[in-house]
Amino acid sequence: MKKFAVMFMAAALTAMSVMSASAVDLPKVEDENYYTKFKDDNISINVYNWGEYISDGSDGSLDVNKAFEELTGIDVVYTTFASNEELYAKLKSGGVSYDIIIPSDYMIGRMIAEDMLEPLNFENIPNFSMIDEKFVNPAFDPENKYSVPYTWGVVGLIYNTQYISEEDAKSWDILWDERYMGDILMFSNSRDAFGIALKKLGYSFNTTDEDEINEAAELLKEQKPFVQAYVMDEIFDKMQGEEAAVAPYYAGDAITMIEANENLAFSIPKEGTNIFIDSMCIPKSAKQKEAAEMYINFMLETEVAAANCEYIGYSTPHAEALKTLDEEISSNPIAYPDDETLENTESFLYLPKATSDLYDKLWTQILSNDQRYNEWFVPILMVVCVAVSIGINIMRSIKKKRNTY
Amino acid sequence: MKSRAVSLPYMLWMIIFTVIPLGLVAYFAFTTSDGEFTIANISQVGQYSGVLVHSVWLSIVATVICLVIAYPLAFILSRKTENVQRTMIMLVMLPMWMNFLLRTYAWMTLLEKNGVINKIFGLFGLGPFNMINTPGAVVLGMVYNYLPFMILPLHSIMLKIDDKVIEAAQDLGASPIKVFTKAVIPLSMPGITTGVTMVFVPAISTFIISRMLGGGSNMMIGDLIELQFLGNAYNPNLGSAISLVLMVLILLCMSVLNQFDADDDREGMIV
Repeated sequence: MKKFAVMFMAAALTAMSVMSASAVDLPKVEDENYYTKFKDDNISINVYNWGEYISDGSDGSLDVNKAFEELTGIDVVYTTFASNEELYAKLKSGGVSYDIIIPSDYMIGRMIAEDMLEPLNFENIPNFSMIDEKFVNPAFDPENKYSVPYTWGVVGLIYNTQYISEEDAKSWDILWDERYMGDILMFSNSRDAFGIALKKLGYSFNTTDEDEINEAAELLKEQKPFVQAYVMDEIFDKMQGEEAAVAPYYAGDAITMIEANENLAFSIPKEGTNIFIDSMCIPKSAKQKEAAEMYINFMLETEVAAANCEYIGYSTPHAEALKTLDEEISSNPIAYPDDETLENTESFLYLPKATSDLYDKLWTQILSNDQRYNEWFVPILMVVCVAVSIGINIMRSIKKKRNTY
Repeated sequence: MKSRAVSLPYMLWMIIFTVIPLGLVAYFAFTTSDGEFTIANISQVGQYSGVLVHSVWLSIVATVICLVIAYPLAFILSRKTENVQRTMIMLVMLPMWMNFLLRTYAWMTLLEKNGVINKIFGLFGLGPFNMINTPGAVVLGMVYNYLPFMILPLHSIMLKIDDKVIEAAQDLGASPIKVFTKAVIPLSMPGITTGVTMVFVPAISTFIISRMLGGGSNMMIGDLIELQFLGNAYNPNLGSAISLVLMVLILLCMSVLNQFDADDDREGMIV
């Protein structure tokens, strides 16, 4: 889902849904009176979400934003982002104000640590009681003051059953298997890539131990000759087109890929994996906090949550919505793995700056060629460059003067 | 000189969108996140020298290939009738009507292991060849995308080379090689420098081509800058420092190039 091409589509679809002026069927809500509070105040809220990450009325699904606008009289200005880091950079650079953002776990942890989030007033979000207990008080927000879970999922291996046996796909080791040299895809974002290497080594995703991280980096360097490409959303094309045999990716997207090509299958490696939760939060810069809380509450209405879940394909943390879903979805082990598998998962937490810097540095080393240069190379190069270009221009003007005589 | 007022909107535009941002880049490059002066960012760029050298190398290769392809084409074109020229220039420009990303995406489908080119080779029992995700694929993407920027300035400068000049050289007994090196090349120099600049500069700072055709493992300087802003560690200061280094490098290239068209009264881009 996290894809720029998809983002264009999302933007186009949003535009389309704005243009079609027909009324939507309002979903059933718990307490209609609650939503009338701002009916005549003519306010608007800015919602910033992942691309393709809300039910938008296409193919007969519920148009969530439109329904909210009709129900409450609050305008929803909906924009999308492609990565947590993009969201962070946007908020950090200032100049924008959002009322609702939907980052993932580790980014929420980081934003809490940097005091960028507003504590929520749960009195305004009565529907929070319908969230499955498993997702209350998550590790990144231990007192559950700042976030309300929206979707979740796990990372696993998507593989082509023609080339790879189910047995082999049960371990991350397959991504280091010489037999599949050139047929392996790997995450192109450092956190997920390092995560896999750390789990293979038996370490925590959230380790700050430099030796452990260096060890993981060595492992990733070892893997490089086997890797066909480092990708994110190109994975859809490459796996569906059988360009590669195995790749790690998110469960929700794996379901989409398997629908497109039935030779594909999904497995959750035995070493354990990452569970991610995307949650709704209100940033400090929000102007309409109460209206934003109303929006969060609306997203937690059973029908709305179910519509979103069906549309997005990721798993829902909403206990009531899960019950209303198709048996086919709610019993799909990819989307809703059993508790035993979930026991063996870990979520990403916020890493301190030193560790993030180390990740970036090692990751660049892995992706670029291995040649090492002296660290003075660049400053000296810069000075030489400037000197030479000044020299050239001076020479030239001297020459010109001479020519005029 | 007549009226400065006419250039005012452009001057304003330049100040707001070029000079001030450049100043900000320089400011960020020499400060820490708390705003204190430091040169740590610049010296930190040193650890990425490998990426820098790799990008410079790939863009030089791409520029040379562009020049080699475009030069004869532009010359031959400029000697054709006007109608032929118009059609050919149109053909050169045609791919540019399509979105840049789409064009690059199309190359992905062509070069893939199960892609169109390998399928055609397969018909003759050859291959499959490993083409995508190599530095070669990145260079190919650059050449394909930036070739028109080389052809157009070369063509427009060669139009101005009078046939009589070439004939005169031949009359005076110059061999074809002499004609080419002593008459054609010097006269087309401004076109060469403009073309080289217009290919080299976007090629060295590209990041989407290397990501799509290079498989993510051929990191270029553009990818590195993007990583500083949208990567794990959000480090705009280091990102700015890398950009500054890149700008200085480009400055040098331009100065060197400028050397070749010493007379300012000739046409071409003055940099």
